[in-house]
Amino acid sequence: MDQFVINLIFVGASFALYIGIAIWARAGSTSDFYAASRGVNPIVNGAATAADWMSAASFISMAGLIAFVGYGNSTFLMGWTGGYVLLALLLAPYLRKFGRFTVPDFIGDRFYSKTARIVAVISLLVMSITYVIGQMTGAGVAFSRFLEVDNLTGLIIAAAVVFAYAVLGGMKGITYTQLAQYCVLITAYTIPAVFISLQLTGNPLPQLGLFSTHTDSGLPLLQKLDEVLVELGFHDYTGLHEPQTTFNMVLFTLSLMIGTAGLPHVIIRFFTVPKVADARKSAGWALVFIALLYTVAPAVGAMARLNIITTIYPDGTQNQPITYDERPDWMHTWERTGLLRFEDKANDGLIRYYNEANPPQMAIDGGWQGNELVTFNQDILVLANPEIAQLPGWVIGLIAAGGLAAALSTAAGLLLAISSAISHDLLKRTFAPGISEKQELLYARISMAFAIVLATYLGANPPGFAAQVVALAFGLAASSLFPAIMMGIFSKTMNAAGAIVGMIVGLGSTVIYIFLYLGIFFIPGTNLLPNTQDAWIMGISPLSFGAVGAVLNFAAAYITLKMTKPAPEEIQELVESIRVPKGAGGAVDH
Amino acid sequence: MSEKKSTDDYWKANIRIITICMVIWALVSFGFAIILRPLLAGIPVGGTDLGFWFAQQGSILTFIVLIFYYTWYMNRLDREFGVEEE
Repeated sequence: MDQFVINLIFVGASFALYIGIAIWARAGSTSDFYAASRGVNPIVNGAATAADWMSAASFISMAGLIAFVGYGNSTFLMGWTGGYVLLALLLAPYLRKFGRFTVPDFIGDRFYSKTARIVAVISLLVMSITYVIGQMTGAGVAFSRFLEVDNLTGLIIAAAVVFAYAVLGGMKGITYTQLAQYCVLITAYTIPAVFISLQLTGNPLPQLGLFSTHTDSGLPLLQKLDEVLVELGFHDYTGLHEPQTTFNMVLFTLSLMIGTAGLPHVIIRFFTVPKVADARKSAGWALVFIALLYTVAPAVGAMARLNIITTIYPDGTQNQPITYDERPDWMHTWERTGLLRFEDKANDGLIRYYNEANPPQMAIDGGWQGNELVTFNQDILVLANPEIAQLPGWVIGLIAAGGLAAALSTAAGLLLAISSAISHDLLKRTFAPGISEKQELLYARISMAFAIVLATYLGANPPGFAAQVVALAFGLAASSLFPAIMMGIFSKTMNAAGAIVGMIVGLGSTVIYIFLYLGIFFIPGTNLLPNTQDAWIMGISPLSFGAVGAVLNFAAAYITLKMTKPAPEEIQELVESIRVPKGAGGAVDH
Repeated sequence: MSEKKSTDDYWKANIRIITICMVIWALVSFGFAIILRPLLAGIPVGGTDLGFWFAQQGSILTFIVLIFYYTWYMNRLDREFGVEEE
């Protein structure tokens, strides 16, 4: 059967499943729509959180992100998982006990202030909208790659599917589709990984394969990888290299951790479980499900990179590479997508792949004309994996469905965070408190539809800064929402003024620092300082600034608190009540 | 009055266990995987050293254990202080 037909069947079947769930899980009340009636099993919520969290980028690009840098990019692995410890210990159980529907809802009520609520809504909207652009773009790319439709058509199909289950089912529909999407994406990721691990190390578990012996050379896999990379003039895989420093690795990891814990679309998933104890347990399960992918990704990355090098240099990196005509079929296939490109600079038919910025001795002696594998896109390590491992066509179909599942599940979570902030926080709780529950549900659906249209438009016409927005989203989450929520729980006396000043200082300093080096709204040429290590204040990379912004937020809030009156008595009692699980109850409506 | 005191003790016990967990959280990630990696360079793990293992696998596994340990500990603490949910 033609690969296109197989892909179509897999993607079509997974979409039919999502729509089926949408019809089954229609939302009848605002509690259904915002929090799935708080009736979600904690393990199911864990899987849904994992799908919500792992984006198209995690699925397609993560392995390559690690593989092309090696040790230095372990920051992503630790940062994107360590945040769940913060969530489980510092935020999730208390927010569940508080029993509201959105993150600004907690901030507005705890700090008894409309201003605080609106600042929280603004930072939520900025981070979620920037984040959702990447997801929609990712869905469009996945469609065009696997189903040979153009980007815009793919994007519109994806939007229509999300529309069906998110507008109809709200959080209830999203939760159960995310569960299904998790199953699709993890199966799709794991199968080729098991086979490549078996091929290279004889060990079926990629997590163990990464640290075992490379069958062909008899050396430990990572040692072999270090060796071939150094022989080709690249830096070794397991070491720390410029421009990364110990200091920025620590700061970047910390920013990703705090940012992860402060992302509203992740936090609201913990509002859906029945009990406080379930919120703690659910965070643990979420991390188990995430770790299933995040411990496989570095193995896939290292193995695929080694595999590609040994394919090009079958007799070892000190000997001649293969000729262009001898290249395996999968390279041929992926050249057509432009993710892989050769250029025979030396005109001898051989594929000379090496680091031309630091040419090895043999390249100098041999008078090589430059690196001839001119495009080597990092996504190829995951996308081409089934073909590299010579797996049947249905595995490729599964990868197509998995990539789309990862993009759609994250997009849906973000869209819910956006629409609930509009219908609940801006309308019901601020500007139109008189609306009935039925009206609020209608507005929630309308804002969801509006958010999908906006996200689709931005996905089709991504602003120039789309690639940078992840740093912005994490920076904002780390510097604005996380400290505010944490102080709301761990300080009884923290008052409205402190929280508002803190959020504005955290948010403002982070935005200014990022714009200072990356340009105002990321417009090239508008940066006031060059984005180099020497120009960074105290050597802090703008991408790592979130943690510093968080510290500034805490500091500003406490200084303001010292100069103003502590929170009123009834608020302090409220904080005491959210600190104990007793009396959380089921669905709490206002 | 006694209930009030009990709630304070519950919160203190909670803060203590959170602090312990956070110290371990920081030690395995910022410590073993990054800052203290040179000190662990002598301990080989599959072609590299222990610090690399913590950076790409060990810290994630520790995080999972930490959350489940905290969950178990808090469920016990909730019952001990009679503040668990019905």
